[in-house]
Amino acid sequence: MSDHAEPHIAPLKTYLNVFAALMVLTVLTVWVALFDLGPFNVVVAVTIATVKAYIVILYFMHVKYSAKIIWLTAAAGFVWFILMLALTLADFATRGWLPIPEPW
Amino acid sequence: MADGQSHLAHHFDSMEQQRESSSLGMWLFLAQEVMFFGGLFVAYAIYRFKYPEAFAVASGYLSVGWGAFNTVVLICSSLTMALAVRAAQLGDKKKIIQYIVATMLLACVFLGVKGVEYTEKYHHDLVPGPAFQYVPDFDAYTVPVTAETAHPNFAGHVQLFYSFYFVMTGMHALHMVIGLGLMIWLIVKALRGRFSREYYAPVEMTGLYWHFVDIVWIFLFPLLYLVWRH
Repeated sequence: MSDHAEPHIAPLKTYLNVFAALMVLTVLTVWVALFDLGPFNVVVAVTIATVKAYIVILYFMHVKYSAKIIWLTAAAGFVWFILMLALTLADFATRGWLPIPEPW
Repeated sequence: MADGQSHLAHHFDSMEQQRESSSLGMWLFLAQEVMFFGGLFVAYAIYRFKYPEAFAVASGYLSVGWGAFNTVVLICSSLTMALAVRAAQLGDKKKIIQYIVATMLLACVFLGVKGVEYTEKYHHDLVPGPAFQYVPDFDAYTVPVTAETAHPNFAGHVQLFYSFYFVMTGMHALHMVIGLGLMIWLIVKALRGRFSREYYAPVEMTGLYWHFVDIVWIFLFPLLYLVWRH
C-alpha cells in the first residue's frame, strides 16, 4: 500500500483559483440582486450559492480526491435535505387547491 | 516498518484505512449538520413563501455592506484553513500554526462584525420579543401598499424574519466559536509536535468542519441580506 497510502496534495495554485472563483461569485450574487427578476431572484441567488458550495466541497474539502464512499456520504446529506425541502414546499404550495368539503 | 506505523491505531490495517475512516466519520457528522441547519432553512423557505413582502421589507434593514464584507472574510478564512491542512500534509509545522492563527483572526473579525450588526438591530428595536417595534412606512416608496403589507399583523411577519435571522446567524456564530475552540486545541497539539506528514487527522477534520461553516454562511448571506435589493 505504498503509492496508494499517500494523500493527494493539491498545488497551491488550485486553492488560489478556487478562492478567486468564490470571490467572483460573491460579487456576482450581490450585483445580480440589484435587478428585479421577480421570483427568479431567489432562484439565481440559490444557484450561485450552490455553485460556491460545490467548489468548496470539491476542492477545499478534498472530495474530488477522496474515496467514493466519502463522495457518497457528502452527497447523501444534501440529497436528503433537498427531499425534505421539496416535499415540505410541495405540501405548502398546494394547500387550498382543493375546496374544503362541507361538514355533514 | 515506516515511522508512520507509530500513529496507526491497532484496529486499522493501514494509515490509508485509518485516514479514510476519520474522513468518513467526519462526513457523517457533517451530513447530520446539514439536517440540523436544513430544518432551519426549510422553516425559512415556508415562511418566505407565505410572507414574501414582509421578508423583503425586513431584509431591507440588514446591511448588505457588512454581510458582503463578512462573506469575503469567511471565504478568506476558508482559504487559510485549506492552506493549514496543506501545510500539515507537507509536514510544515510552522506554517500549520501560522495559517491557523490567520484563520482564527479572520473568524474574530467575522464575529466582531456580527456583534456590531446585532447591536445595531438592538438599538433599532428589531430584536424579536416584547421590545420588538416595527411600523411600516407606507409614505416612503420602500413599502408598497398591498394585501400583504396592509395585513394587521404585518409587523409580526417582519418580526418572524428577524427570528429566523437571529436563530440562523446565532447558530452559525455558535459553530464558529466551537471552531475557534478546536483551533486552539490544534495549536496546542502542533506546538507539542504531535503532527507529522503521516498523522495530521485533527487538522484535516477541523478543516472539514470549518469549510462546512463557510458553506452555511454562503447560503445565509443571499437568503437573509439579498432578498430585496432591486
